[in-house]
Amino acid sequence: MLRFIIRRLIITIPTILVVITITWGLIRLAPGNFYTSEKALPAAIERNIRDKYGLDRPWYEQYLKTMGQILRFDFGTSLKYEGQSVNEIIARSLPVSATVGILAYLLALIVGITVGSIAAIKQNSKWDYASMTLAMLGISIPNFVLGPILVLFFSMTLYWLPPSRWDGFPSKSVILPVITLSALYMAYIARLTRAGMLEVLRSDYIRTARSKGLSETQVVIRHALRGGLLPVVSYTGPALAFLLTGTVVVERLFVLPGLGNYFIQASLNRDEPLILGIVAFISITLLTMNLLVDIAYGYLDPRIRH
Amino acid sequence: MDDKPPLISPQKPEPAFTPSGTPPAPPIRPREGDVIHTGPELAVGEADVRSAERGEFVAGTSLWRDAWRRLLKNRLAVFGMVIVATITLGSVTGPFVIKQVTGLTPDYIPTNIAALKSLPPFTAPDGSFSWLHPMGTDNQGRDLLARVLQGGQISLMVGVIATLMSLIIGVSYGAVAGYFGGRLDSVMMRLVDVLYSLPYIIIIIVLLSMFRSQTARGQLILLFLALGSVSWLTMARIVRGQVLSLKNQEFVLAARATGVSTPRIIFRHLVPNTIGPVIVYATLTIPTIMLTEAFLSFLGFGVQPPIASWGSLTTDGIQNIAIFPWQLICPGLTMGLTLFALNFLGDGLRDALDPQMRKF
Amino acid sequence: MITRNGNLLEVRDLRTYFHTEDGTVKAVDGVTFNLRPGETLGIVGESGSGKSVTNLSIVRLIQSPPGQIVSGEVVFDGRDILRLPEAEVRRIRGRRIAMIFQDPMTSLNPFMKISRQLMEMTRLHLGYSKAQAYAHAVKMLETVGIPDAPRRVDGFPHEFSGGMRQRVMIAMALSCQPELLIADEPSSALDVTIQAQILELIKTLKQETGTSVILVTHDLGVVAGMTDDLIVMYAGKIFEQAPTRELFAVPGNPYTKGLLRSVPDPTSARGPLYQISGLPPDVAHLPPGCPFAPRCDRAEEICSKEFPPLVEVNQDHHSLCHFAKEVYAQSVARSSPSIGMRDKPELIPHPSAGKK
Repeated sequence: MLRFIIRRLIITIPTILVVITITWGLIRLAPGNFYTSEKALPAAIERNIRDKYGLDRPWYEQYLKTMGQILRFDFGTSLKYEGQSVNEIIARSLPVSATVGILAYLLALIVGITVGSIAAIKQNSKWDYASMTLAMLGISIPNFVLGPILVLFFSMTLYWLPPSRWDGFPSKSVILPVITLSALYMAYIARLTRAGMLEVLRSDYIRTARSKGLSETQVVIRHALRGGLLPVVSYTGPALAFLLTGTVVVERLFVLPGLGNYFIQASLNRDEPLILGIVAFISITLLTMNLLVDIAYGYLDPRIRH
Repeated sequence: MDDKPPLISPQKPEPAFTPSGTPPAPPIRPREGDVIHTGPELAVGEADVRSAERGEFVAGTSLWRDAWRRLLKNRLAVFGMVIVATITLGSVTGPFVIKQVTGLTPDYIPTNIAALKSLPPFTAPDGSFSWLHPMGTDNQGRDLLARVLQGGQISLMVGVIATLMSLIIGVSYGAVAGYFGGRLDSVMMRLVDVLYSLPYIIIIIVLLSMFRSQTARGQLILLFLALGSVSWLTMARIVRGQVLSLKNQEFVLAARATGVSTPRIIFRHLVPNTIGPVIVYATLTIPTIMLTEAFLSFLGFGVQPPIASWGSLTTDGIQNIAIFPWQLICPGLTMGLTLFALNFLGDGLRDALDPQMRKF
Repeated sequence: MITRNGNLLEVRDLRTYFHTEDGTVKAVDGVTFNLRPGETLGIVGESGSGKSVTNLSIVRLIQSPPGQIVSGEVVFDGRDILRLPEAEVRRIRGRRIAMIFQDPMTSLNPFMKISRQLMEMTRLHLGYSKAQAYAHAVKMLETVGIPDAPRRVDGFPHEFSGGMRQRVMIAMALSCQPELLIADEPSSALDVTIQAQILELIKTLKQETGTSVILVTHDLGVVAGMTDDLIVMYAGKIFEQAPTRELFAVPGNPYTKGLLRSVPDPTSARGPLYQISGLPPDVAHLPPGCPFAPRCDRAEEICSKEFPPLVEVNQDHHSLCHFAKEVYAQSVARSSPSIGMRDKPELIPHPSAGKK
C-alpha cells in the first residue's frame, strides 16, 4: 500500500508543476499584460512596474522566482484588488466554493446512489426507465440553463427562494446553487451506480450469496453494494475536477463570492498573480483529492492493494 | 414412472449400420460456416449459434447489418437519431429556408425603432398571433428561430470538428502506443495519465483569455484547437486497448509476414478494426464538447459576436430571464434536446456495436 | 426427516422457461426425477441443455424476469419448494440444500474476507455467535484440506488459487451440514489434476456426512466413478435416465451413445475421434419433432415430425426416443462380448466429421 501511495505521489507532484508551468507559460507568451488592458500609463510608471515585477529579467529568472514563491505558498498580491494578497482572496472565497461544492456532491451521492440502486434492482421497470431518462436529461441540460429556469420558477414565480444572493451556510440562499450544481453529478452517479450494480447483481458471487439463503436486502447491502459502488468511487476524482468548473458557472450565475468567480474575473482582467495563484491552489487541491480517492479505492478493493 | 409403450415398432432396420446397404437418407449436414465441435462441450456463444442457425452470419458485412438491426430495435436510439438528423438538417438549411419564406435573416434588426424589440413566440408586434417568429425575437428584435438554427450550425460544427481532431490525434496516438508496446507504450500512456489528471478546463480558460483573438473567426479556430487538443485522451486509451488485443491476431501476423510496412499495418489493418468502439466514443464526445463550448461561451471565453452559438444565445437569454424567458428557454432547450438525443444515440450505438462494452 | 416414498427430493414435471426477445426458451421442459437420501445423482448434458437451470429451479434461484418456473413440483422434506413462501425457501437454501458453482474464481465475493463469507452461513442459519462461527469457519477450512487454515481464514479470495477457492466454496456449502449438496460443474474450470482432487474431496465428504449430492457436469468421465444414477439432458428434456453402470454399459438412446463414443478411449484403436455432428439446437425455436433429430444417426422421417415418447426399456431405465427399445437391444447385444467382437463398426467417421 505504501509503495502504491509513493508511486502515485511520483506522478502527482510533477503534474502539479506541469500545470503551473503551462499556466505561467501561457501568461508570459500571450501578447500584452495587465497594464495594456487598462488605460495607457505614463512611461515612468510603467517602467517602475516592470522593475517591480522583474518583467525585464530573462524569462528563466522570472520562472524560477515565480515557482519558488509558489512552492512556498506565497502567491503574491493581486493587481486588480490592490493591497490584497492572493492568499487572502483564496482564504476568503474558498469557504463559499467549498460549501456549495461539498453540499452538491453529498446531495448527488445520496440521491444518485439511491436512485441508481433501485433502478438496477428493478431493472426494466417503469421506475428504471423513468429515472434513467431523467438522468439523461440531467446530463444533457447545461447547468447554466437549469439554474435560471429554477430561479424563474422558485424565485420569480413562487417567491420561495432568493434568486442570487449569498447569506452563508445554512441559509435559504444555498438551496438553488446546490441543486443547480448537483443535478449533473446526481445524473452521472445514478447511471454509474445502476451500471455497476447491474454488473454485480449478475455476477457469480451474488448467486452464491443468494444460494446461502440471505434475503435480497442482505444480498444487496452486504454483497452487492460494495462492488457496485466502485465505479462511483473512481468517478469521484474526475467529479471533483468537473465540480470545480461547475462551481465556476454556479458562482457566476448566482453571483456568489467564490473562488471560481474570482478566477474568471482574474482571467478577464489578466490579473496574473491571482490567476497563477488560483490555478496552483486548484491543481494542488485537485491532485491531492485524486490521490486520496485512489487510496480509498485501494482500501475498498482488496485486489488493487497487491 | 409411467410405463409407456413405445409408439414405434423396434423391428425397423437401422440403415446406417447395415454393412452393405447405403443409407437411404443422408443425415443432415452442418451448413457452411457452422462450427463443428469435437467434444460434448461447446465453445460457441449461444447468440452465434442462433444467428448461424438462421444464416445471419453470412459475411463480415453482416456484423454491421446486425448492429444496425439492433440499433433500430432500440427505441430511444432511434428517437435520438431522428432528433439529431432533424436538428442538423434544420441548422444547415433552416436559415436559408426562413429567408426564402419570410425574408428574415438571423441578423436582421427591424428598422422601425418604435416597434417592440422582444416579441414572445408566435406573436406579432401588435400582440396578435403570428407565425412569423415561432420562437419570438431577441432583445434587438432579431428572429430567434433563425438565430437558434444558425447558432446550431456553429455549435454542431464545434462539436464535430473538435471531435474529428480528437479522433485523429487519439487514434494515431493510441494505435502507435498499442502497436509498438513495451517502453514506448508505457511512456506514452504515462503521459496520458498525467494529462488526464490536469484540470484542463482551467487551462483552456487561461489559454482562451490570454490569447483572445481580435476576430470572431480567430476565436472560433482557437476554440477548435483548444477543445480538440484536450479531448483525445480517452480515445487514445480505447484505441490502444483495441490494438493491443488485435496486434497478435493472425491477420496482422500474416500482413507482417508478407512484408507490409508498419504504418500500413497500423492504419490499414489495425485501425479499421477498432472502428466500432471509436464510433461509439466519438458519438459520445460530440455532446461533451458542445457542452464545454457552451460553458466557455457562458463564461465569456467562447465564440464572439457576430458569431453566435447555442451557448452564447443562451447566455444572452439569461440576462433577460425575468422579462423575456423564451430568450433563454428556446435556445437552451434546443441545445438540451440535441445533447439528450446525441447521448441516447451514443448509448444505443454502444449497445448495438459492442455488446461487451454494454454498461447501461 | 419426512420423506415421501423414501425420497429426499422429488422433482415432478419441472418446467422453467425464459422469455426473451427471441421468443420463449424452454430451458427445462418437463423434468422428473427422484433422489434418495445419501444417493448421488449425476446430470449430464451439453451447455444449454438445461442442467444448471434445473438445479437453480430446485432452490428457486431463477432470475425473474426473464426466467419463470412455469409448472412442476419440487418436493423436499415433504413440502413443495415451489409453493413455499420466499422466507421459508431461504431457510432451506444454504441450510438444507447447499450449492457449489462452476467458477471458483468468481463465485466468492472478492471484497470480503473468507472468514466473513464462511461465518455468514452459520450465523444466519444456526444462530452462532461471532466466536463460534469463526471457530467453525476454521474447522471447515481444515476439513476441506486448506493448509494453515487459522491464518488463511482471514485472507481474501484473490489470495487463493483456483483449487483452493473451490475448497473454500465446498467448506462454505457444507458449513450447516446440508442434506443435499448441488455441485454445478464443480471441477470444469480447474486444471485436470486439481479437478480430480476436488471430485475426490466431494466424494470423501459425502461418505463422511451422508449428504445426498446432485452432480452436474458435461464430462461423462467425471460422473463415471461418482454417481449412483445418471440423467442425460438435451434441449431441456431428460433424454435418458438410468443407474450409472447400466447407462454406460447399455445406453438406450442415440444421443447418449454419441456422447459415450465422443469420450476419448485410450485403450481403443487409433482413428478419428467420434463427434456428434451439428450444433446444439436453438432452444427458442425447437422443431416439432425430436430436438436431437437433425444430428441423430438413427433419425428417420418420424423423428422430425413427432415428439418421441419416454420409453421404459427396463426397470429404472428410461429413454426418450422413437427407437429406444431397438437402440437398447443393440447395446445389449454389443455389450455381450461374443457378439461385440465382430460387430464393432462404430469408428466409421460420420460423413461430416472430416469436413472442417
